[in-house]
Amino acid sequence: MKFSYYPGCTLKTKGKDLDRYGRLSAEALGFTLEELPDWQCCGAVYPMAKDEIATKLSAVRALVSARDAGEELVTLCSACHNVIKQTNHDMATDADIALRVNNYLGLETPYNGETTVLHYLEVLRDRVGFDKIKAAVKNPLTGRKIAAYYGCLLLRPGKVMQFDDPENPTILENFIRAIGAEPVIWGMRNECCGGYVAAENKAQAEKRSSIVMEDAKKNGADTVITACPLCLYNLAKNGGSDLPVVYFTELLAEALGVK
Amino acid sequence: MSHSNNATEQVLRSSGVDVRKCMRCGKCTATCPAFDEMEYHPHQFVYMVEKGEIEKLAASPSIYKCLSCFACVDRCPRGVEPAKVVEAVRLAVIRQQGQNHMKSDDIPALLDEDMPQQLLVSAMRKYSK
Ligand code: SF4
Ligand code: SF4
Ligand code: SF4
Ligand code: SF4
Repeated sequence: MKFSYYPGCTLKTKGKDLDRYGRLSAEALGFTLEELPDWQCCGAVYPMAKDEIATKLSAVRALVSARDAGEELVTLCSACHNVIKQTNHDMATDADIALRVNNYLGLETPYNGETTVLHYLEVLRDRVGFDKIKAAVKNPLTGRKIAAYYGCLLLRPGKVMQFDDPENPTILENFIRAIGAEPVIWGMRNECCGGYVAAENKAQAEKRSSIVMEDAKKNGADTVITACPLCLYNLAKNGGSDLPVVYFTELLAEALGVK
Repeated sequence: MSHSNNATEQVLRSSGVDVRKCMRCGKCTATCPAFDEMEYHPHQFVYMVEKGEIEKLAASPSIYKCLSCFACVDRCPRGVEPAKVVEAVRLAVIRQQGQNHMKSDDIPALLDEDMPQQLLVSAMRKYSK
């Protein structure tokens, strides 16, 4: 299996572990992530306004590259995923946005949301299968109690992302079971950590992320996992907790024996 | 934004939100993680835009407090999508000459060694044009 892959700017710099362990694990599980040749930063937040066109172009260019390669497009950073998936939804459902973007890009074949966008976790669940992952595990993380932090961007808006039930998700918990550990169920797993204001309003970010980390601890977690470099930074830096926060791909690589 | 009617029209168009669908249940505000920080809360954004009170919203720091978490979008029973109203008001402000809330010169002072690019890219996207 081969997929087009959009790593995003953070995975090339501060978030290298998310990318590196993701690629190593992919090879161990028998699929390949082929980096798009010419991707540009997606801008990190989905531009919600109907009259924002220029800010949607880098996401559309990535979607078009994948279409032209005839492949599904895989993302790993939750934020990239959210931007690209929501932009793709606009291209498929908002005729005005699609027309203006297509006019701007002047493509040979106009783009109307044909590419399938998958988060890496969806590849694990829907293309590989958690049973196969379980069978491939060499070092099961037996006895570990892991809290899956979804945050906001993987799940919402639910009707666009269609990733999992936004109020009662199970994908990361099933992932945790597949690598032999025990998932902790906790209330704050899909509530926002306040990452976006961590630069300009550290107090707000500290307050939000502390609430998240305390809840994980109270429910008996020994580790928190995430798919978002911003969640990881904010929870680890501003959460005021001694619980480690790591990328889910790091635990996957560890379990598969490729770390 | 000297003409309130034009400003209201612009926010309605840019957000794509039908503010009349709101039944003022307050669920969006109850679920908003930025609640404590906001002078005007998500349901008030919706209501005040409906009443054409854009200037008050545009002048309020509340427009910079939204975390873009989409909780209000998903949990509104009427599909109103309040976050889109907040964003449209903020855009109406920062699109004006000299109204950037954050400038690239501000960034070095905010940096720390672990900070992901994502945070700076998103702050620039949300706060400046
Ligand atoms: S979300 Fe992030 S890391 Fe991901 S490309 Fe876009 S900005 Fe860069
Ligand atoms: S960084 Fe915090 S704000 Fe972003 S998705 Fe992660 S949880 Fe939400
Ligand atoms: S949740 Fe929806 S209907 Fe209720 S007050 Fe907020 S916008 Fe209005
Ligand atoms: S998107 Fe903004 S307004 Fe809506 S709940 Fe999140 S922080 Fe509050």
